[in-house]
Amino acid sequence: MKMITNETVLLPEQLWAVNIGLEVFADDLQAQHVSVVRLQWQPPAGGAAAAKALERLLDESSENR
Amino acid sequence: MIVRSFVMRSSYQDSLVLMRIAQELRSQSGVEQAAALMGTPSNHEILAAAGLSTPESADAKLGDLILAVGASDEAAADVALQSARDRFSVRAKAFVEQASARSLERALLDQPQSNLAVISVPGEYARLEAMRALRRGLHVFLFSNNVPIVDEIALKRYAVGRGLLCMGPDCGTAYLSGVGIGFANVVPQGPIGLIAASGTGLQAVASGVANLGLGVSHGIGVGGRDLSGEVGGLMTFAALDWLDRDPGTLLIVLVSKPPAASVLPQLQERLSRLSKPAVVCCLGATALAASLPGVDWMDDLAATAAMAVARLQKKDYIPRSFEAPARVREMLGVVERQGTVAGKTVLGLYTGGTLATEAKLILRALIGQVDGNPPSGGNDGHHVIDLGDDEYTVGKPHPMLAPETRAERLLPWTDGKTVGVVLLDCVLGRVGHADPLGVLLTEIAKAREGASKRGTSLQFVASVTGTEGDPQSASLQRKRLVDANVAVLDSNAEAARFAALLVRPDLQARLLEL
Repeated sequence: MKMITNETVLLPEQLWAVNIGLEVFADDLQAQHVSVVRLQWQPPAGGAAAAKALERLLDESSENR
Repeated sequence: MIVRSFVMRSSYQDSLVLMRIAQELRSQSGVEQAAALMGTPSNHEILAAAGLSTPESADAKLGDLILAVGASDEAAADVALQSARDRFSVRAKAFVEQASARSLERALLDQPQSNLAVISVPGEYARLEAMRALRRGLHVFLFSNNVPIVDEIALKRYAVGRGLLCMGPDCGTAYLSGVGIGFANVVPQGPIGLIAASGTGLQAVASGVANLGLGVSHGIGVGGRDLSGEVGGLMTFAALDWLDRDPGTLLIVLVSKPPAASVLPQLQERLSRLSKPAVVCCLGATALAASLPGVDWMDDLAATAAMAVARLQKKDYIPRSFEAPARVREMLGVVERQGTVAGKTVLGLYTGGTLATEAKLILRALIGQVDGNPPSGGNDGHHVIDLGDDEYTVGKPHPMLAPETRAERLLPWTDGKTVGVVLLDCVLGRVGHADPLGVLLTEIAKAREGASKRGTSLQFVASVTGTEGDPQSASLQRKRLVDANVAVLDSNAEAARFAALLVRPDLQARLLEL
């Protein structure tokens, strides 16, 4: 995967947000005219253990890419 | 008591929504007890302990919402549950009508230019969601706390390697190009770039800068553990580089707890390489003030903001214990006439973590040992408690969102004769509660009455962190506190020093420059 050096980084001038969790944060960004998509978040059916397993899958799939 | 419950399948709700729903249920006629909880194992235990468990609620899974009431009769229970269900139907409809998606992939199809994920899921799921967002090239604002440090390291390494921000975990506040994220105050855009290890540290400096007439370019929250030996300053160092290159930033402010000894040399080296002036406040680590050209090391948050503004305005600034000592002497006189609290203890009840740390450090230097744990009821010294800390917020909303979680502690913790001064913060901002003081002022009145009945004196000292532009208005909240006979100081640091003066009047000569 391509590594980016700090020299090339620019902080975003305009924001487009995805909100995952507390709705008050999405409400507030919208009040500041930021376009927000709200994720209808649900914990994985197996709870924290399932989240760990999904993390491992995510890590492995990226290593294999 | 009749117990009834209703389970809404696959209906995850955040802790703030749940708390509000439970409060509404409790306010219904005939309802004695009520709960609105997700079906986690610990919540099943809570329901059982409260006598609100039913066969139906016991069947609820992790993502299922349980509404449970204990009421005087069946009709009251049914009416209360139905009203809560109606509320959720309205909410669900409103949610669907807004731009929403069931997965991150769907969200990115709907809004391909997305560049920021704002994440506040429970800590055990934070790494998964944050890593998904980073892998899709989004900057991350991670409000979730209770995130293991190994997860933080993995997320930040990934982010820094790809030129992305991973603000947090436990990041309360950020500003990107004039947009406030999380608990941000209304401040103008301007030349000062901020990096802060915590929300209220960033809020205090951003508000301070704004109240002195300047503004903020970006405010990058890095989370409280970034300068620990384990995380090694990953995001702080990246943010220093980015702000140093940012054309809109003319001066950089860094606010943090003391860095780990292993990180300090690297921090000093990074600071010495900056092309822009910097003001650094590592609370509790003034001894580190190695003289680096162009870098000012400050002791407290208000002085940090003042120095940043003075530097840019090319003015001199010399920090003092109190900016207006004459006014403070007057305030001391007023409090003394109401009843002395000399020799008693200070209890700090804070919603802001960095404000609590700042108060603790100032008090410790002036009046000795200060404990971070709750008072046990005996004569056990001074305490400063951060009610936004992990141990108070598992499954509960942060006290800045739900002020009652602080207010309800006041009476039990001031019930004896030892506490003489209660020290408070009042943090404003766009996302914070619309009325941060209402429930607290009611409890203050009750605590005073209780103290008076016990024949003892109890004083209240506070400061307001915020700006005039905030929805709650800084001047309005100050006035409400003053009207409630609370001593209001110009900054949290001054409030802590004032509290020290009340319990240790002998400090006056030193702090008031007599």
